[in-house]
Amino acid sequence: MDAIILQILNGLDKGSAYALIALGLTLIFGTLGVVNFAHGALFMIGAFCAVTLSRILTLSHTVIDETQKDFLGNPLKVDVPYIYDIFGQATGDAIIDWAVPISILFAIPVMVGIGFAMERGLIKHFYKRPHADQILVTFGLAIVLQEIIKYFYGANPIPTPAPDAFRGSFDFGAMLGFDPNTIIYPYWRLVYFAFAAVIIGAVFAFLQFTTFGMVVRAGMADRETVGLLGINIDKRFTIMFGIAAAVAGLAGVMYTPINSPNYHMGMDFLVLSFVVVVVGGMGSLSGAVLAGFLLGILESFASMAIVLETLPGINQIIIYLVAIIILLTRPRGLMGRKGVMEE
Amino acid sequence: MGILEVKNVGKRFGGLQALGDVNLSIAENSVHAIIGPNGAGKSTLLNCLVGKLIPDTGSVMFDGQSVLGRKPYEINQMGISRVFQTPEIFADLSVMENMMIPCFAKRDGAFQLNALSSIPSQRDMIERAEHMLEDMNMADKRAMHAGSLSRGDKRRLEIGMCLSQEPRLLLLDEPTAGMARADTNNTIDLLKQISEDRDITIAIIEHDMHVVFSLAERITVLAQGTPLVEDTPDNIKGNPKVREAYLGETQDAA
Amino acid sequence: MGLNKKDFTLLIIVAILCVFAPFILNPFPEGSAMAQFNAGYPDLMQRLVIFGIFAIGFNILFGLTGYLSFGHAAFLGVGSYAAIWMMKLLTMNVIPAIIISVLVAGLFSLLVGWISLRRSGIYFSILTLAFAQMSYSLAYSVLTPITGGETGLQPKVNDPRILDGALAAGETPRANLFGLQMNQSYEMAVGNWVFTFNAGYYLAAIVMLIAFYISIRIFRSPFGMMLRAVKSNQQRLNYTGLNAKPYTLAAFVISGMYAGLAGGLLVAMDTQVGAERMFWTASGEVVLMTILGGAGTLIGPVLGAGFIKYMENIVSKINKSILEQWFAFMPDGIEDLLITLVYPFIGKGWHLTLGILFMLVVIFLPGGLVEGGQRVGRLFKRKKPADDKPDGKTTPAE
Repeated sequence: MDAIILQILNGLDKGSAYALIALGLTLIFGTLGVVNFAHGALFMIGAFCAVTLSRILTLSHTVIDETQKDFLGNPLKVDVPYIYDIFGQATGDAIIDWAVPISILFAIPVMVGIGFAMERGLIKHFYKRPHADQILVTFGLAIVLQEIIKYFYGANPIPTPAPDAFRGSFDFGAMLGFDPNTIIYPYWRLVYFAFAAVIIGAVFAFLQFTTFGMVVRAGMADRETVGLLGINIDKRFTIMFGIAAAVAGLAGVMYTPINSPNYHMGMDFLVLSFVVVVVGGMGSLSGAVLAGFLLGILESFASMAIVLETLPGINQIIIYLVAIIILLTRPRGLMGRKGVMEE
Repeated sequence: MGILEVKNVGKRFGGLQALGDVNLSIAENSVHAIIGPNGAGKSTLLNCLVGKLIPDTGSVMFDGQSVLGRKPYEINQMGISRVFQTPEIFADLSVMENMMIPCFAKRDGAFQLNALSSIPSQRDMIERAEHMLEDMNMADKRAMHAGSLSRGDKRRLEIGMCLSQEPRLLLLDEPTAGMARADTNNTIDLLKQISEDRDITIAIIEHDMHVVFSLAERITVLAQGTPLVEDTPDNIKGNPKVREAYLGETQDAA
Repeated sequence: MGLNKKDFTLLIIVAILCVFAPFILNPFPEGSAMAQFNAGYPDLMQRLVIFGIFAIGFNILFGLTGYLSFGHAAFLGVGSYAAIWMMKLLTMNVIPAIIISVLVAGLFSLLVGWISLRRSGIYFSILTLAFAQMSYSLAYSVLTPITGGETGLQPKVNDPRILDGALAAGETPRANLFGLQMNQSYEMAVGNWVFTFNAGYYLAAIVMLIAFYISIRIFRSPFGMMLRAVKSNQQRLNYTGLNAKPYTLAAFVISGMYAGLAGGLLVAMDTQVGAERMFWTASGEVVLMTILGGAGTLIGPVLGAGFIKYMENIVSKINKSILEQWFAFMPDGIEDLLITLVYPFIGKGWHLTLGILFMLVVIFLPGGLVEGGQRVGRLFKRKKPADDKPDGKTTPAE
């Protein structure tokens, strides 16, 4: 029992990331009808927003500290972050410590901006072109984006820690009445899951309860009719693209303490996220979220020692295997609608 | 016993009874039109005949064999060709290639891995396709991109492609929809000529009464998923039930 | 030969380019500053033609039927593994290795294609991607006894090799063609130039020419016409009594066999395999090559493969000091500015250049380099404007 709970928990953070990326992919696909291979790159750029902000926050100038001497007896030069000058050392330290969560504020405008630019500058011109062309051009864009990041940040992963308060783990098992030390769970992963739940809830609420969301949902169901009603659907779709980009970016920001960001992390997640979208059902938002968590948890179950003993290597392929089976038995995915992407 | 026998065919979509209880017999070598107001189930019936839809009840026999449960390409190989409402041709290929493909399909069946033979070496196929292009008065357009043909020519090409398979039954789904008057008349003449020159049965679904009455030998009127009446064109014209159900709305078209 | 005059000319031109590649790719004299940009060394020339084969095969699927596979590297990898096992078990002669690589890749692609082709469009792309990633993961983990896992495989001295005699003491197993070693080269010095003629390259080039010839035949066959019909209108195809599935499956298997052939040749040239050549970026690369050159055209994929592999070699060798030499004649300020502007695109930035190039091609030149060439050609011919309306279609021209 405790082992099962542990695996479910372990699957949650990866599942959250899959769900968030898949949600954005589905939003874009459902509203704009575009298959966006650059969506993983948006996740990656989000992660690098966190890196950038923590670099900005630790920007320093050198001062001579008369109180400290080096071994020759000269006054020591120390680097002092500018932020100390503004807020004082204690607050400054706290801000630097909380760089990752603060990056959310920084990442939202950046990601929305990138999303707008992408949609207006590139994607817009591909609405009428075949899906293969859309895949190809966004695939090219993904390469370009990740190479740009690589140029500025190098090829190595950049550790970006969570705030002190969330480092370390807690004994979740003891809280549930199991033996101590059976279910140890890092705080940050729980934060990530909660964060993902909030974002997903917000997106759904937005679509469900606002007029804007209503039009967008109508547009997802039948684009032409909504267009005929005289509603400027294109403009709304641009905004949807910005939102989808922001969702992917925030997923990336918060993921940095779990996995140090590198330039190709987006592609790694993208391939799996596509599988998630397909399993969930192309064009189905709830399907994307459901499949994201399901596959994340399934993956973590598959990597249990006891499973690996009987089916070695299953953890590596479980997601693909499930995708293949689903596609062959339920071509529309778990919750796919009729008529979406059926040729 | 007609070449096509439709018995008690019914089809539901969710709560909608698209086809109630359709009985239809099409005599060999005749021109048979199926007319009816919008939503009468004409297209559903047609799709049931060619394997795109499978009816819930009833049977469809072509030349004594059931077509139900067969894939469209299998039904086509049995001898039923279909012309679509918007011309379905291979727009990226040349006119000549468009015409050759059905010739190959007629000779080689549903699949043939002739990957290393060259097209120019297939003399008989080329001759056949060229012959058909001449019949369609399109020989001068053989090298053109099929996608760049005019609407009327696309229709001609599509009909020619169907004929080059020497089908026993040719199904036409509103063949003159969206056509200018001149093109419509050309198409009527073409179809007339086809039915005179060849051993072929033509079933036509049409909205345009001008086309129907110029071509059909028998007419079935479909209303709300069931055949209302079946008769000769002259009798249909005079039938008050038909007038009420259908012609009343489109008097000026007739 | 069964080719028309135009196709035959094309084949001859490609053949001539292949024969003289050691000269063409080595334009700079030894010892000159530009010598490092010579591409006429065996390793690179081999890769040029082998990836040419890979792309030619991919084009038979994507170019003709429009089915975009994102998993073709798996077939290349499977071919490579099959070839290396032939070398371990049977003989270091490359012929059995190459034959078995084609067969095994063909069988594997039959399985993958049979399942993947039940769907089309984006679903097909993702299914192939899923299969390829699965193969890659398996090769890395569970299948380690067959694939060597992370270390990969290479022929060892004490492998059985039942057809070969025992190796002399201290001798290592080398790939050969009936005794002619693949890494054997003849160097010809002409003045300051050194040209290298490598046995392995010429074997690969001959195989590539055969592969190219077969692809021309397929393009011009009724079968090829049916494949283009699949891309153009599946509905009409079905209602013309033709079953699209066996056609697409045959195209899939043929292109899988081409990939396997490329994989086998890679092993014949350099006797080692690792799972990374099955990674999905490798599948992406062959997509890039085909599109960049011109999908659906005969020569496009060969051009694309050659272009990418050649530029990769050249561009990634340019470094800052070379840039400084190039721009040295300019005033300092402009020189620095130019260097700063160009630097991100060279050396390690090659992939950035490639990505941008690829996007530009997809956006503006859907017919790839071949269409670009045709447009330039038309400019010079100065035809009437009515004749050259760009239709954006990829008709199988040369």
